[in-house]
Amino acid sequence: MSQVAYTVKLGKLDSLSDTPTHYCAGCEHGTLTRLIAAAMDHLGIRERTVMIDSVGCSVLAYNYFNCDHIVAAHGRAPAVAAGLKRVHPELMIFSVQGDGDAASIGLLELIYAAKRSTPITVFLLNNAIYGMTGGQMAPTTLEGQVTTTTPYGRDVHLTGRELDTSKLVAAIDGASYVKRASLAVQEISSQRGKVYTIKNILDAKKSVENAFKVQALGGFAFVELLGTCSINWKLPILEAKSFVNERMVKKFPLGVFKDTFGVEKQ
Amino acid sequence: MGGNRAYLKGNEALAYGALEAGLNAYFAYPITPSSEIPETLAKEFGNKKYPEYKFFLQAASELEAINMVIGAASGGARAMTATSSPGFSLKQEGLSYAACMELPLLVADICRAGPGLGNLGPEQSDYFQGTKGGGHGNYRLIVLAPASVQEMALLPRVGFDLAFRYRNPTLILADAFTGQLKEDVEFPELSPEQFDVSGWATTGAKGRLPHILNSLELDYQRHFKHIGRIYEKYRQAQEKEVRFEDYRTEDAETVIVAFGIASRIAKGTVNKLRSKGVKVGLFRPITLWPFPQVQLKALASQGKRFLVVELNTGQMLEDVKLAVGDGVAVDFLGKWGGVVPTETEMESKLRRLEVVAA
Repeated sequence: MSQVAYTVKLGKLDSLSDTPTHYCAGCEHGTLTRLIAAAMDHLGIRERTVMIDSVGCSVLAYNYFNCDHIVAAHGRAPAVAAGLKRVHPELMIFSVQGDGDAASIGLLELIYAAKRSTPITVFLLNNAIYGMTGGQMAPTTLEGQVTTTTPYGRDVHLTGRELDTSKLVAAIDGASYVKRASLAVQEISSQRGKVYTIKNILDAKKSVENAFKVQALGGFAFVELLGTCSINWKLPILEAKSFVNERMVKKFPLGVFKDTFGVEKQ
Repeated sequence: MGGNRAYLKGNEALAYGALEAGLNAYFAYPITPSSEIPETLAKEFGNKKYPEYKFFLQAASELEAINMVIGAASGGARAMTATSSPGFSLKQEGLSYAACMELPLLVADICRAGPGLGNLGPEQSDYFQGTKGGGHGNYRLIVLAPASVQEMALLPRVGFDLAFRYRNPTLILADAFTGQLKEDVEFPELSPEQFDVSGWATTGAKGRLPHILNSLELDYQRHFKHIGRIYEKYRQAQEKEVRFEDYRTEDAETVIVAFGIASRIAKGTVNKLRSKGVKVGLFRPITLWPFPQVQLKALASQGKRFLVVELNTGQMLEDVKLAVGDGVAVDFLGKWGGVVPTETEMESKLRRLEVVAA
């Protein structure tokens, strides 16, 4: 249904191929794909954009985005992006990474890309779990959350507290734009039964476009997007959305952490 | 440097050689005994003599450096990094990906003693890691082994040419001795061969279909074909790109097989023994991969015996034995831990083999 609605309302995007995505029902990777492609179209940058695909659920993104791609090793996307950007500064370069990729195995690459104000854009989809490998604990897994490697719930005394990646990146001088948004639709009270608002997604859409604008201004842009993994969370899709809006946002509050160029106000 | 002579350390010569070969981007991580390479390239960054040299950056780790090289090479640039043995272990991840993605890039390993931290002395113990793939999966690096400061200056050009011709990572595998050795070196005028990268480089899909540089292929049959095609390139490289030095082997009864600094000492031994009338020669592989298998086999078929000398416990030795086949005498003299074999030791080894009359 949602695909039909998009086709009617938004039309086909140049920045997307015709290949249907492999993402699971309810997964926000599909939403993020659409938002990024819409921003590329709107800004007219498709022909000079290179996506660095990361290891995780978005590793097959080269099938979906109609632009050049380099598929990086696990966690290394920001380093690959930085290498390309240095020899081709005219390109717009972005990565889509998961919380395992960017906040665990690739934390150094992320931090140092930010530290050097590398003009690239990193999108982090935080769904509090390793999705592609089948639902293991991520640095962002909530206290008590059950995953395949925390079958009795995450014990923070053993594995530490949830890693707030946006807070971490924002603490680095070189980062220009750091924002956390949510891609999960939110239930609102209504007399007509269950009604959902896409307010979060519209805000995320703005953040995605801002993240490209900041890169064009020469800054390092980082947008963390909260999402679900209903398959590995073993929750129905709508309950998973509620988990984001009720539980995850408490640990990972939404908002602008840093905006050196003031793009949020424009 | 073009057309000039200079008195340089091997590592410095390697850096200038890369600049002469049209280096575009260098990504550094310091490690002894290779650090003169990034130091020289940091110093020369911005020198108008090298207009192609557009970027130098010290990375935060060996992994970050090799992945930056991957990014720059994906854009079609002549990109390079250098390291030494413990760092070379860390490069393996990137090299495996780059080989599968068919990326042309250049890595230098100034080999020190291992395993672990080992020490800063020379070894040739990264031979296996360099020539057999090193990282995971089916792939090879093209491996060049300089034996002098002059070759440290010349091989980056060869390395980039081979990397771009075969779209495969190339390794310059030098020992710490050759990296630290200071010698007179001449830089010939070079005009680097130009390669068309427009068919694959990720420079933005303007007016063309997207370029996708990728090591992932979930379809088994397609991956089977992809790796098969890469190995067809390797077969061609084995046919066309073997480089070696053949020194006084024609009438030799015994041939010392050695590369890098071991071959320099072996050459001295050969000269010394020749003056005493002993029929000994030297065969020096310059390409450790593709290995000069055919040439060694030909020498073996003339009834010669072999002494392999290496700064390790016997790594190239296995390739020599494979090349010459059964029934050929192949002996070994190895030194490791930073210890270098002397001419006297080589001579007494040959004496024990009854090559030299006591």
